[in-house]
Amino acid sequence: MSTDTPTIVLIGHGMVGQRFLEALAERGLTATHRVVVLCEEPRPAYDRVQLTSYFSGRTPEDLSMTDPAFIEEHGIELHVGDPAESVDREARTVTARSGLVVGYDVLVLATGSYPFVPPVPNKDAEGCFVYRTIEDLLAIEEYARKSTTGAVVGGGLLGLEAAGALKGLGLTSHIVEFAPRLMPVQVDEGGGAALLRTIEEMGLTVHTGVGTQEIVVGEDGAVTGMKLSDGSELSTDLVVFSAGVRPRDQLARDCGLTVGERGGIAVDEQCRTVADPHVFAIGECALAADGRVYGLVAPGYEQAETAAATIAADEASFTGADLSTKLKLLGVDVASFGDAHGTAEDCLDVVYSDSRSGLYKKLVIGRDGTLLGGILVGDAEAYGTLKAFTGSVPPVSPESLVLPAGAGAPVQLGPSALPDDAIICSCNNVRKGTIREAVTEHRCTTVPEVKKCTKAGTTCGSCVKVLGQLINAELEASGVEVDKGLCACFSQTREELYEIVLALRITSFRDLLDRHGREAARGGDGCEVCKPTVGSIIASLAPTIGAGTHVLDGEQAALQDTNDHFLANLQKNGSYSVVPRIPGGEIAPEKLIVIGEIARDFGLYTKITGGQRIDMFGARVEQLPSIWARLVDAGFESGHAYGKSLRTVKSCVGQTWCRYGVQDSVRMAIDLELRYRGLRSPHKLKSAVSGCQRECAEAQSKDFGVIATANGWNLYVGGNGGATPRHADLLAQDLSDAELIRLIDRFLMFYIRTADRLERTSTWLERIPGGLDHVRDVVVHDSLGICDELEALMAAHVAHYRDEWAETINDPEKLARFVSFVNAPDTPDPVVAFVPERDQMKPDLPLLNIGLRPADEILEGSATR
Amino acid sequence: MTLTLETTDLKVRLRLADDWFTVCDLSVLLPGRGVAALLPDGRQAAVFADRNGRLYAIDNRDPFTGAAVLSRGLTGTHQGRPFVASPLLKQRFDLESGQCLDDETVRVTAYEVKAA
Ligand code: SRM
Ligand SMILES: Cc1cc2nc3c(=O)[nH]c(=O)nc-3n(C[C@H](O)[C@H](O)[C@H](O)COP(=O)(O)OP(=O)(O)OC[C@H]3O[C@@H](n4cnc5c(N)ncnc54)[C@H](O)[C@@H]3O)c2cc1C
Ligand code: SF4
Ligand code: FES
Repeated sequence: MSTDTPTIVLIGHGMVGQRFLEALAERGLTATHRVVVLCEEPRPAYDRVQLTSYFSGRTPEDLSMTDPAFIEEHGIELHVGDPAESVDREARTVTARSGLVVGYDVLVLATGSYPFVPPVPNKDAEGCFVYRTIEDLLAIEEYARKSTTGAVVGGGLLGLEAAGALKGLGLTSHIVEFAPRLMPVQVDEGGGAALLRTIEEMGLTVHTGVGTQEIVVGEDGAVTGMKLSDGSELSTDLVVFSAGVRPRDQLARDCGLTVGERGGIAVDEQCRTVADPHVFAIGECALAADGRVYGLVAPGYEQAETAAATIAADEASFTGADLSTKLKLLGVDVASFGDAHGTAEDCLDVVYSDSRSGLYKKLVIGRDGTLLGGILVGDAEAYGTLKAFTGSVPPVSPESLVLPAGAGAPVQLGPSALPDDAIICSCNNVRKGTIREAVTEHRCTTVPEVKKCTKAGTTCGSCVKVLGQLINAELEASGVEVDKGLCACFSQTREELYEIVLALRITSFRDLLDRHGREAARGGDGCEVCKPTVGSIIASLAPTIGAGTHVLDGEQAALQDTNDHFLANLQKNGSYSVVPRIPGGEIAPEKLIVIGEIARDFGLYTKITGGQRIDMFGARVEQLPSIWARLVDAGFESGHAYGKSLRTVKSCVGQTWCRYGVQDSVRMAIDLELRYRGLRSPHKLKSAVSGCQRECAEAQSKDFGVIATANGWNLYVGGNGGATPRHADLLAQDLSDAELIRLIDRFLMFYIRTADRLERTSTWLERIPGGLDHVRDVVVHDSLGICDELEALMAAHVAHYRDEWAETINDPEKLARFVSFVNAPDTPDPVVAFVPERDQMKPDLPLLNIGLRPADEILEGSATR
Repeated sequence: MTLTLETTDLKVRLRLADDWFTVCDLSVLLPGRGVAALLPDGRQAAVFADRNGRLYAIDNRDPFTGAAVLSRGLTGTHQGRPFVASPLLKQRFDLESGQCLDDETVRVTAYEVKAA
């Protein structure tokens, strides 16, 4: 039934199906063939591997892997939401649910897998889910709203992800795994134990070695719990089955194609089905020639390439793939590569295990020293390098590769030591040589460019770090000077600009740009990177260089990031949040009442922040002055929640009340917060003071943290919470009040002087040559002889501090900006609206939905310049 | 709508179909910083002046988030062309054409604007 142009029909538009289409296009087959795609899901192909990131804020649109322009350009007929229902191999037609019948010359099955649900009673009850598609996630999210507990059946890779997602949705989460350890396929007993400890510490409950016998339902038919094989019962509102996947081969079975004993459409090394040369199968639905069904995306991609090459009459084959994986599960790195379980004859293990900190690393080494494989739990930094060395004898001893830095021999084996054919990106099968060529021949200089050029790093992302290292190494090797300049406007670093501003007493951005900017940028307007950076430098040095001390003074106002410009934090719907300073977290009842009254009178949403103070959300820009007039009147000051400046100094209750306290931690926290309030810095600054070693204020997670001792104070620096937590390092011990403050003055000013933009003290400390020892030399032992200057700079800041908001509400010129519209100052922005939630209100988000406008659509009223 | 226009100063005017719509006094615009204006049909424009006094106006709604905030973004020059970076997720928009510089498939309306 084929027409003039031969037709390729693809059934299944998942990750592998999409890659197959790209491979067709690359080989020019979309020009010579009609390509029809039947896609069962209501949306075109998306990144299933990153599915869980939906719960951390990625939208289904972000996950999409399908560029509508690509489909259109290549004339691909994509039928979304229309699955294939039958195949007639004799007539060579496919019939879809909509009744559409398409004839084919080549049929490609890429139908993926379905989640296996064990046949336990009530498995289909309301509240039972699987975890495979965006629709599954939406359903789980919806149901979780009325649930408090969730259980995941299966402690494998997907089960852990699902459990993490449930936890993220605020449920108490359980994992039930039949095997005696978690992730039985990927890790061994030791790795499972390290993983278990870390996961339990996160508050998930793990039940290993037990099976699920029955789902218990209530009178309404909804899940209330589950019976386990050890006789116990677990009560839960929601169950997610994640007990493995099975190939979706029903369509193939129905039309008489050969399937394996345990499922999977049998194909040869060209991915052609063994029963019919016109039909191919690729991805998770295929039983490869080596007798395995691959449940990972990388082998599927290779199969997609193989099938496309074969159709183009090129030579290609898929004979098997390695099952290396690196994942971040619930924030824990887990990786396994090569012969992870040591099945090769005569091999030896090198193991480093520290269950206290959840670390487990094992390398499998052959008799001759060849690295055969390994498992990494808790720290998989070395994964990229180790995997690439698999199959060869590494140039250093294997022990040194698994020992943590600082223990014995910390060997940093950089990716430059790798051979050219080492695979750097296993998802996309990109060799080191290809990446080097991207730099040397295709003139790529950044990670995004190399990603675009080679596809490396575009799938799971685990190789991106190594990519960056390779690119820089290659650039440096080829003599290209890596531009360390701040942005396209300045060739200097932030540190250099600081020195220029200080030495030449430059108080204006334009001056700095016109005299010291890059040639092409002079006379221009700067950019969103350098303006706030220079604004912050000028603000940090204002009293010393003679600039206006208010961040909204004159030209300074135009430099500030938008939050600083309105002295409040912009929220997603264009409203603002208001955070008054509550030094040390100590607040008198009268002031609490004032905050309550203001929030009530202006209809604001209130929340206790993670920084021991109160945030009021939902203020319209034009309300900010009246809100602050009342706050200032009641004795409040700006909390600088919007600034790259001191945020909070948290405190514990300390000696005054606590039976263990040895110093007055609340007083010290208040003193520190008042001393450093308003100090502009390269990034935000946080601090805390604990009254004893029990550390209730979490001072060791702060930029500068203070812990009381019987003899005074210990000062810790360089701590960080956030995305990459770091424990602070002890800088000095048993300090008196005056010594403590002097050291902090110097430390902060040295940081402000030398750090890069948006570099917290933690990253700064790790980056600067000499690290902590150097900083200690400078600020404790005054090795550079600059401590007097550092102290003087801080003294000037402290002496000139004035509350930004108090000044603003008394200055008509500064107030003029707080209007909704320049031509209708009192008309509220119609997009800022709220709906009720839990006795308060939240932004009316649907109101924000305007959809993206395509670039080529010329809109009514648009200028034709 | 309260129109606060009493001075005889130069006015910033936007081209809407065939009419020029008066937005504000020119002196109100701070170089490098925007203001929002409400248009008669309920739409919003973000109006900017650069350091050389050139004027620009684009739709105020950030197409990536839906919030009407582009007037509050930071402006700059990129390869000689003026842009504003959304204060929410930082995508940059060319001030002359409305074209998003970080996603070629997206653009916002650009208005013709003059001081008269
Ligand atoms: C309100 C608050 C959450 C809450 O409801 O509790 C919050 C809210 C925001 N945090 Fe936070 N953080 C808040 C406490 C924290 C804490 C806890 C703490 O301070 O003890 C941390 C971890 C500690 C740390 O910073 O080391 C924290 C780590 C972050 C990070 C990651 C920083 C890092 O170095 O990795 C960011 C992103 C950034 O700054 O680049 C961030 C950024 C933000 C921003 C500014 C994101 C944004 O640009 O919109 C949020 C805006 C606040 C607003 O609109 O008012 N927030 N944030 C907390 C305000 C504390 C306060 O009173 O000022
Ligand atoms: C939460 C999660 C995390 C994962 N993490 C990783 C990871 O870190 N690393 C990794 O390598 N892999 C991971 N995987 C596995 C990876 O997603 C799969 O290997 C990959 O998606 C397989 O691609 P595929 O195209 O074969 O199947 P799929 O992506 O499942 O696509 C098959 C498509 O075919 C459709 N279909 C089925 N039957 C029909 C029909 N009759 N007609 C039309 N369409 C049909 C299905 O609806 C589906 O959209 C993960 C999977 C999940 C669910
Ligand atoms: S840190 Fe020590 S003094 Fe402070 S509250 Fe905790 S136990 Fe008490
Ligand atoms: S290894 Fe997954 S994207 Fe490179």
